[in-house]
Amino acid sequence: MKKNPTTVAFQGTAEQEEILLSVIEKYRGVKGSMMPILQEAQEIYGYLPIEVQKIIADNTGVSLAEIYGIVSFYSQFMLNPKGEVSISVCLGTACYVKGSQDVLDKIKEKIGVETGGTSPDGKYSLDATRCVGACGLAPVVIINNDVYGRVKADEIDTIMTKY
Amino acid sequence: MDNVNIKINGREYQVPKTSTILEAARMANIHIPTLCYLKDINAIGACRLCLVEVKGARGMVTSCVTMVNEGMEVYTNTSDILAARKINLELVLSNHNKQCLSCIRSTSCELQKLCNDYGVDEDYFTSNETETKKDESSVSIIRDNSKCILCRRCVAACGNVQGIGVIGANDRGYDTHIGSAFEMDLADTSCVNCGQCIVACPVGALYEKDDTQEVFDALADPQKHVAICTAPSVRATLGECFGYEPGTEVEGKMVAALKRLGFDGVYNMNFTADLTIVEEANEFVERLTNGGKLPLITSCSPGWVKYCEHYFPEFTDNLSTCKSPQQMFGAIYKTYYAQKNGLDPKDIVFVSAIPCTAKKFEVTREDQSAAGIPDVDIAITTRELGRMIDKAGIDFKSLADEDFDAPFMEGSGAGEIFGATGGVMEAALRTAAETVLGKPLERVDFEDVRGTAGIKRATYKLGDIEVRVAIASGLANAKRLLTRIREGKEHYDLIEIMACPGGCINGGGQPTQPASVRNTVNLREKRADVLYSADSKNVIRKSHENSAVKMLYDKFLEKPGSKKAHETLHTKYIKRGL
Repeated sequence: MKKNPTTVAFQGTAEQEEILLSVIEKYRGVKGSMMPILQEAQEIYGYLPIEVQKIIADNTGVSLAEIYGIVSFYSQFMLNPKGEVSISVCLGTACYVKGSQDVLDKIKEKIGVETGGTSPDGKYSLDATRCVGACGLAPVVIINNDVYGRVKADEIDTIMTKY
Repeated sequence: MDNVNIKINGREYQVPKTSTILEAARMANIHIPTLCYLKDINAIGACRLCLVEVKGARGMVTSCVTMVNEGMEVYTNTSDILAARKINLELVLSNHNKQCLSCIRSTSCELQKLCNDYGVDEDYFTSNETETKKDESSVSIIRDNSKCILCRRCVAACGNVQGIGVIGANDRGYDTHIGSAFEMDLADTSCVNCGQCIVACPVGALYEKDDTQEVFDALADPQKHVAICTAPSVRATLGECFGYEPGTEVEGKMVAALKRLGFDGVYNMNFTADLTIVEEANEFVERLTNGGKLPLITSCSPGWVKYCEHYFPEFTDNLSTCKSPQQMFGAIYKTYYAQKNGLDPKDIVFVSAIPCTAKKFEVTREDQSAAGIPDVDIAITTRELGRMIDKAGIDFKSLADEDFDAPFMEGSGAGEIFGATGGVMEAALRTAAETVLGKPLERVDFEDVRGTAGIKRATYKLGDIEVRVAIASGLANAKRLLTRIREGKEHYDLIEIMACPGGCINGGGQPTQPASVRNTVNLREKRADVLYSADSKNVIRKSHENSAVKMLYDKFLEKPGSKKAHETLHTKYIKRGL
């Protein structure tokens, strides 16, 4: 899956940067430490925008292009922050067969966000997930902690009024 | 060194135990095809073309990253191997833009040659080619990822050789592509336009921004006075575009070809190389004797200058304020020459033929406009010049030698060696030494600063003054040297830095040579030999003895470092940062 850089404004704080710098310091001289640095950075900020990757590049001497290569390679590294309303659409086999792609397309159109993206105001984020283990309810959509089963594309407008 | 006994294709060989199978085979004169491997630059076993069979090993192994060991039995050309290589090529082609007819690398493409060798069917695997974006943002370098085979030779050249690393592999699986962080355009990164990625590319995914049509258009315009000057190293490499062996000097044929293309003046940039040295040596002696900012660092390599502005902005005050020979030539032409010949500078199109893609950026720099308009209008690389000559139907090999045009035809031996690492330093030392000593040097050869080593250091006595010099070529080496200076571990008075490893003779605008040549021939040495042999044969070995340079100071510039010289030949730098 291609990753798209975020359009949400960076809201990192000086405290977060201080913690990140101490993480980088902790791993100084340790071979193969880029992965744990990135993982801990994502724990601090929730995602890895250019501002965070630049701090890591400047303080490790590893080029930004190389860091971005790693971040864009692994699916668990996020380039986008989670939105206030975090939407996941299951694209597991059962949900897919039951039409979850249509549901996903409808949501994309409704909130104007691509899969894996976050709206510029930070309100909505959209993910396509693998099987969530609720195949009996296929197709499944999860919004924050609410689970919606047997969702049809034309129900999306109604569901979204709550968020 | 310890040797091991191995067998390749049933024959016994003794090879150093530190060699890879690929190197061992090469020593035995057995050719194993490669795409991603580039000696000293990239060995990652990614393209899987160098597959061989090793007795007892599971599956086939990639010979570029597998070391030999005692008793190893290797087979390089079994039918299984040949079939596997063919399939791997067909897989590479399944996601490759196969518009080969008009491709800039057609006939010099390493993939094309291998496909031909292996009888590959272009459409054996049909698939949807990945959607790609062509990055044409840079004034020097164009990336067309539809042609990219993901060998990562460019990534290694940028990151390892140049220590810059503005490109890498982004995303994963079928979406993998080479690009900058966050998909930035190349022009928005701290790319210095050196073009080492281009000469590393085996296919047509990277190439210089082609400005040849602009030159053809100017030549066809009767209102325009179109002049060209050729950089010192172009005469040492242009022949490679026409099938000459690397290291063949073709100055006379090059001049003859340029005159047939229809330029109104064909000039020798060695002249402004000499002019640069006279100004720079003067600047150095001034700083040395009057307590100015030292070390003085040369500024004729525009890739290095931009690197300094991005990565070592604190050293921009150490850069010589002298423009590069290319820019000095345009400046002199549009001021002195235009006045003398009653030409309106606006009607002049000044072209330079250079070994360098960064020079395309240099012509766009601010404060490089002595006549109020850009000093140089178009900079074309050696490769573009070769293509122009071809396109114009000029049979290069059959041309009889011709001479550059007056009054800028003469270059000293010091100007000749400008194109090789250490050359600018040696040229500057010859002139600075005579300025300080006030008498002619007995020997003009400064041998310690020669050779293709990445970093060279030497100390010379000029009269009572001890001058500590250092030379770096390749920006990763420059970074190493400058870091030590910044940390206070090394001290110098004069430093020469060239962005490309080996200097301009190995520039990013030089003819591309396939890995099969780059891995086996020392291109830098062969090309540099042309320049050093021209220097030793030249009657005039010192820049300040160039009669055209002397004439120019008499009639126009007054003396080195004069107000006039500063207005015309000097410039300023920007602290860009990252």
